Amino acid sequence: MLTKRIIPCLDVKDGRTVKGTNFLQLRDAGDPVELAARYSDEGADELVFLDISATLEGRKTFLQMVERVAAALQIPFTVGGGISTVNDVSCALEAGADKVSLNSAALARPSFIDEASKCVGSQSVVVAIDVKRMNDSWTVWTKAGTEPTGRDALLWADEVFQRGAGELLVTSMDRDGTTAGYDVELLRTLSNRISIPLIASGGAGTHEHVRDAILLGKADAVLAASIFHYNKISISELKSFLHNNNIPVRL
Amino acid sequence: MIGIIEYGAGNIRSVSNALNRLSVQHFISNEHRKLNKADKLIFPGVGEARSAMDALTRVGLTDWLKEVSVPFLGICLGMQLLFDRTTERSTNCLGLLTGTNERFNSKQSVLKVPHMGWNQVQHEGNYSLFAGIATGEHFYFVHSYYAPLVSATIGTTEYGVRFTSALQQKNYYGVQFHPEKSGRIGLQLLKNFVELC
Repeated sequence: MLTKRIIPCLDVKDGRTVKGTNFLQLRDAGDPVELAARYSDEGADELVFLDISATLEGRKTFLQMVERVAAALQIPFTVGGGISTVNDVSCALEAGADKVSLNSAALARPSFIDEASKCVGSQSVVVAIDVKRMNDSWTVWTKAGTEPTGRDALLWADEVFQRGAGELLVTSMDRDGTTAGYDVELLRTLSNRISIPLIASGGAGTHEHVRDAILLGKADAVLAASIFHYNKISISELKSFLHNNNIPVRL
Repeated sequence: MIGIIEYGAGNIRSVSNALNRLSVQHFISNEHRKLNKADKLIFPGVGEARSAMDALTRVGLTDWLKEVSVPFLGICLGMQLLFDRTTERSTNCLGLLTGTNERFNSKQSVLKVPHMGWNQVQHEGNYSLFAGIATGEHFYFVHSYYAPLVSATIGTTEYGVRFTSALQQKNYYGVQFHPEKSGRIGLQLLKNFVELC
């Protein structure tokens, strides 16, 4: 049986892991390769590395880190953050990443999704969507959640799928960093709507939150950062809990 | 010495990294003269079948691949290309195995396509590729097309349908999953190929 995936996410700035709350207030959480190896040993199914460096120097450091991760680990990983050309996509995969995650550049120029998936295959193209609730709808935000796009999240998800994305990574900005639980309603709505795998992100605080994202939100994978970085939840304990709740996981 | 076949459609780096971890000497090439010197061959493949077949034709490896005599391991698309054909852009493949690869059907069921993530491989019998690996162990998969069950099938996986996730025909081995991305168990399988096949 295909198992549900647990994916720790590492935000990397100038070669160090950081994690903010509600997209702000960064705290230092250690060396990314060291953390990644620890997660892999604990049973992480995949990893995501987001480059939040603002400088060219920071980006070079990031690619070097990708090479180190690829050499050190034998599980799949995705890289994202600032990927805006097909060349960026190729560089990331050549450095050893398995997938790239596209966000702002895809919003600015949606045909970028087509280009990327034609070049490296849909299976290597994840599109990340940062979503905020506005009254009765969900809207998409861009540039690390700093600017609203006015786009409806459900319609954007449809388009992303049609343009050839292989996976959808959905972050609830309302929940991100709060440890108040995933936006289950958002997840369920999207999962019922699109036929590519859905990764839930934003809000994990407890074992039960992850269970709910999978059972109620119908997510195929769950991503979390702070709960893993600060040892609030261990991956192995989380997987045992999910297993005991009849969710297929790789133990 | 292991030769990794490079034709612009494979995740060469991951396979190379995995062999490095096993301290296995290897080289990467798209020239059959060089590849002929390898004791064993690994044929990775990621992406789309038609482009991969075109790339093989361009580098002049299509006929050579059909007459390899050393142990040969096709990974992911590298396994699927061993079959007659695939419905992915109606592409004729190498034809070493009879059968057609088809797409998972996401319309008639709740299946998400691609089939992405860790799934179990069932195998019975005493295959050297699976030495020390229990049936039901998890491997990492990423694919939208699947190979049918054939007489060469040695491992199967369930995703809406039961399909071939590992096969062997004479010196040709194939796995649908990515052993180079399947953690400790995946490394064991690669080690088995290197040492036992």
